[in-house]
Amino acid sequence: MGKYTIRRLLTAIPTILVISFIIFAVVDLSPSDPTGNLPLTIPPEVRQKIREALGADDPFAVKYVKWLNQFFIAEPLNFIETTLGITFPGSEDRVRVISWATRGPVIDIIAERLPQTLWVVGSSYFLGVMIAVPVGVYSAYRQYSIFDQVGTFAMMVGFSVPTFFTGLMFIVIFSVNLKWFPSVYDTTLVVTDIESLQQQLRQMFMPVTVLTLYTTAQMSRYTRASTLDNLQQDYIRTARSKGLTERTVVMRHAVRNSLIPVVTLIALQIPGIFAGALITEQIFRVNGIGQYLIIAIQGGDLPTVQTVTFIFAVLVVFFNIVADVLYGILDPRVTYS
Amino acid sequence: MTATVKAKPKNLDPAEFVQARTFAGDAWLQFRKHKLALIAVAVLLIIVLGVLIGPAIWTIDPTYIDIIAAYQISSPEHPWGTDSLGRDTLARALQGGRVSLMIGISAMLVSISIGTIIGLASGYFRRLDNPLMRMTDIFIALPQLPLLLVLMMLFREPLKAAFGVEGGVFILMVSVIGGLQWMPTARLVRGEVLSVKSREFITAATAVGSRDGRILTSHILPNVMSPVIVAATFSIASAIITESALSFLGLGFPPDFPTWGRLLFDGKDYLTITWTLVFWPGMLISMTVLCVNFIGDGLRDALDPRLRK
Repeated sequence: MGKYTIRRLLTAIPTILVISFIIFAVVDLSPSDPTGNLPLTIPPEVRQKIREALGADDPFAVKYVKWLNQFFIAEPLNFIETTLGITFPGSEDRVRVISWATRGPVIDIIAERLPQTLWVVGSSYFLGVMIAVPVGVYSAYRQYSIFDQVGTFAMMVGFSVPTFFTGLMFIVIFSVNLKWFPSVYDTTLVVTDIESLQQQLRQMFMPVTVLTLYTTAQMSRYTRASTLDNLQQDYIRTARSKGLTERTVVMRHAVRNSLIPVVTLIALQIPGIFAGALITEQIFRVNGIGQYLIIAIQGGDLPTVQTVTFIFAVLVVFFNIVADVLYGILDPRVTYS
Repeated sequence: MTATVKAKPKNLDPAEFVQARTFAGDAWLQFRKHKLALIAVAVLLIIVLGVLIGPAIWTIDPTYIDIIAAYQISSPEHPWGTDSLGRDTLARALQGGRVSLMIGISAMLVSISIGTIIGLASGYFRRLDNPLMRMTDIFIALPQLPLLLVLMMLFREPLKAAFGVEGGVFILMVSVIGGLQWMPTARLVRGEVLSVKSREFITAATAVGSRDGRILTSHILPNVMSPVIVAATFSIASAIITESALSFLGLGFPPDFPTWGRLLFDGKDYLTITWTLVFWPGMLISMTVLCVNFIGDGLRDALDPRLRK
């Protein structure tokens, strides 16, 4: 397994390089100008200097190699320096990925915004899985029961209704009419006491619920299908005929096996849920990474767009490997050679 | 056995013949059992008909501005309410539905065609398999939504210049959505081709001297059609969602061109004043996607003989 993991991680390197090239090349086609939204009073010579300083006029190959150097060498070194408090030689001259809009390092802004995204996405994903697994299992165990029929219908609805519609309807119901929850996420809020904690929970309620509903629908459909598959297997009949209690048959035999594909799906869906958060963050104005990407796209801030999109791509590749490795660990029938 | 055969032929009555069973007939019999899928077909038909012939019946001009009637939630003249300029939401939703549905179907055609061709090629020609599947892997690893947003931002202006505002965005939307959603189909088709390819009838076809092209089109393709049809159905749903998501993020069609997603985007700023502005377009998107998904579910059961009960 260790060997397989290492091999997968090594073969991911060329994939990631190809993807980084594609993303960089596509974004670089954009006619965006870093001086585009500066005041018109700035003379052309100064604009030219700004462009040169930001490297906007370099040939494509130079820009790409510079960006690779900034992202894969300068940023990690800087991260090590700030976390360990040591200084490498030449740290003064090191250039990081600089945003055209804020003229600051892109990674710092991402680091500032990451906690909001992780809180909203993480808690809704966790909640979604926690609800989906028992619902899916029970629904499969009592196939064709009222619970199953209502459940599968609800799952299909939750899976089909887009989050931007549920989100807006939540605002109409809970913010506009009932006035229970704020519709805009206040990021300056610092949790210090019970009251601010309550406020934090209240503002998290709507974005988290919207994402949870979607995750639950998706995951429980999958759990149900996988459990149904396992309940029809011969080993379940064997377990029953051995005289094991129904509880043991379902919980120890069926569920444990059914959850193997579910666990891999949980890993596979993590990058997807980040992309889904892009929309949820936009609805509730959560200033997370997704919102940052949209601002950057609208403002033509190419280094930011390249970096954030690339980070999303790395997440996809990484969690694909995690899913495959997990599958190998959990299911002894799967052998990678 | 022989006795019955001998007794019967004397009075040959066509009405007594057992109806010949076809694959499509069997599939329909099975599909009819899926009640929700049947309801979904009916609801979807209503939506499609409404969108196609609705504007002929509901004759209010979707672009007619009537400031005095602005921000209505619902009234006899405007049952679905009006927007900030007093334009009728029902008329706009009907007009926008045409575009949303067209995009769903066109993007599906693009993604299914690319996916089927790549799947057939990589499943059938061993030499192409590895490079094509590596390419598919890379496409799968691309972050969909961010890349869609980036592509929309990049190519909007040049295409607008070439095909006009609406035409340009339409072509861009269809090719971008279709071009980023063919990967599951390609994998699915490849898998099916691999299993069909090893059957005897393919060996027989090769033995009679059929060329690759003929084997692919008349022997393999019909045998992989069922999963492709199911995938096509689901891909309409996801294309409609993607279009409305892009429009919702402000990177879709221009403001005067109401698609369902664009109507949601425009309506979200007036939630405190009138909720019908987002409710109806959102309901239409949700109902359409829900129906398409149910139909896909029904088709999957109906087209796979192994799943028939």
